[in-house]
Amino acid sequence: MTGEPLLSVRDLKVVFGLDEGSVRAVDGVSFDVMPGKVVGIVGESGCGKSVTTKAMLQLVDPPGRIAAGEMFFRRAGGEAVDLARLDPRGREIREIRGAEIALIPQEPMASFSPVHTVGEQIVEAIRLHARQWRPEGGAVSRSDARAIVVELFRDVGISMPEQRLDSYSWQLSGGLRQRAMIAMALSCKPRLLIADEPTTAIDVTTQAQVLALLRDLQKRHGTAIVFITHDLGVIAQMASHVVVMYLGRVMEEGAVDAIFHSPRHPYTRALLRSMPGMHGETRVALPTISGTLPHPFNRPTGCPFHPRCEEAIAGRCHARVPVLRPVGGGQSASCFLHHDEAEAT
Amino acid sequence: MSSPVGAQPLLRVRNLRKFFPIVKGVFRRTVGHVRAVDDVGFDVQEGETLGLVGESGCGKTTTSRCILRAMAPTSGEMLYRRRDGSTVDLAPLSRRELRPLRAEIQMIFQDPFGSLNPRMTLFDNVGEPLLVNGMLNRGERMDRVAELLRLVGLRPEFMHRFPHAFSGGQRQRIGIARALSTNPRLVVADEPVSALDVSVQAQVLNLLLELQERLRLTFLFVAHDLSVVRHISDRVAVMYVGQIVELAPTKSIFERPRHPYTAALLKAVPVADPRVSAGDVLLKGEVPSPANPPAGCYFNPRCPFADERCRREAPVLRELASGHSVRCYHAERLELAVPQERIDL
Repeated sequence: MTGEPLLSVRDLKVVFGLDEGSVRAVDGVSFDVMPGKVVGIVGESGCGKSVTTKAMLQLVDPPGRIAAGEMFFRRAGGEAVDLARLDPRGREIREIRGAEIALIPQEPMASFSPVHTVGEQIVEAIRLHARQWRPEGGAVSRSDARAIVVELFRDVGISMPEQRLDSYSWQLSGGLRQRAMIAMALSCKPRLLIADEPTTAIDVTTQAQVLALLRDLQKRHGTAIVFITHDLGVIAQMASHVVVMYLGRVMEEGAVDAIFHSPRHPYTRALLRSMPGMHGETRVALPTISGTLPHPFNRPTGCPFHPRCEEAIAGRCHARVPVLRPVGGGQSASCFLHHDEAEAT
Repeated sequence: MSSPVGAQPLLRVRNLRKFFPIVKGVFRRTVGHVRAVDDVGFDVQEGETLGLVGESGCGKTTTSRCILRAMAPTSGEMLYRRRDGSTVDLAPLSRRELRPLRAEIQMIFQDPFGSLNPRMTLFDNVGEPLLVNGMLNRGERMDRVAELLRLVGLRPEFMHRFPHAFSGGQRQRIGIARALSTNPRLVVADEPVSALDVSVQAQVLNLLLELQERLRLTFLFVAHDLSVVRHISDRVAVMYVGQIVELAPTKSIFERPRHPYTAALLKAVPVADPRVSAGDVLLKGEVPSPANPPAGCYFNPRCPFADERCRREAPVLRELASGHSVRCYHAERLELAVPQERIDL
């Protein structure tokens, strides 16, 4: 990949300070998002993938806080801004949030207000971020905004957009509601879209429709997407670049083909193996990852994956934390099987 | 429907219907019915796993609830062969008559967090069915619970802990131990792994297969995840708007689906291989409401092969080849696309 990244996350750390102790939900995560590309972040529950995206929008709720790291986002004007340093209630993040960086949340039912029509809510967003539509300045009138929403609804494949505009979210089916949510996310022409498990709550045939829509929109508008999911099938079909996370750290990252066809980290390999496929032997024991996810207060020392790793090196993996380093083929892995660099202690 | 084993089936379901009334106004007049389960029939052989798949609202859960007699069906027969060889119809039985059968037909729930009583220790949670079934001696119950915990891969010492101390996968094991406490013959598992992460899901699927082998259990496995159903089932029934549209051995239904809906469903599953392209979305539109299904074949408005007859007359489930039944007029002449072969690593 060449050129300047749109977003560059460097050594991000998010800590939740609880009475029982502090939890390192995101513990030194780095990755780049290039303009117009889809980066998939995969991992099991508790790996910190959702917290990472919340940090990008400065939406980490207390007692969580961004403890360290940088997130350089290149704004429309060309200047880079460190999202990690912005005041969560400040003017600059409010200009970016929802406008330049938009979010498609997991649960469209919980994300729309039930007492306003979906149209009203999108009109409000467009008028609030009028700059995205009127770069030269000036407001967007209510009727202009409504016309934009009708266009957007048509774009995301909602039939009878004029009528749907005046529906409440609870009157729409799951598929339509997620389409309306996508329309809302696109309403301010974002340059970066964060999709947090956008199809987890919907059925497989509707999921296929929504994924096809996202692929199509991405191609036409050239929006960069950070796609969060636990579903490896969805990642394979959506992402061009994949980041695999475990316990708040990046285990491996690389081009989607490399991650699926020559995974280098034992965790990635184990994850791919443990998934029942649509071909191959049935009713046989699946390869599993031994043990369970450690409790957040009980983080293993050294490499977070070493207690469950089949290839752990005695005397090494439990003592030091491997850093993410290139391992060839455009991939990077944090694993002592491939390099010897550890985090400074 | 021929039986692969030849022996009498353990459960024979015929013309099962469950309608829920739609009531309106102060006099609670019935203005219509939701036909949640509408003429469902299948056999379950002893020792096999029958998978029941379909999208939300297709009636798979209602079907399983009727078999468990958690609700009374509107009409139909559910002939269950008892341990002594006699056959009993579960449909008309009263609560009192059902009581001795409850021990033989057990259930594994979807949500491992909601299905265990948080105020009861594992001993009380797993041991309660034993108490209800007359095992009054505490020491005897302790021995049995210890044996059950060992059976599902948990340490017997955990008996005096509360559910909150366990992870999702461990809780699901506890739920399985409880279901097995009464030595059931038929186990209805409704989405038993859908709340679990990929790596834990593989562990629980392996446990279910192992237990089935060891205890000669019969599973009715309800799920929406096709790769999971494919992995665990001997035969699969696909449901659409309250009806079975296709029923066949796992291999034949996945390799050569004969109903256009089954084919579309298989096509919609995202393949976990970036080299296999997603292709076109086959299914447009949405699942019709079971309160107001379309005339003729319920699938005709979304079916690319539908003709005049499909819009007029409703097809019945008929046997195409040995053990392969389908509810479609055109099944013989359709060449349905099967998802591309996955390039294995």
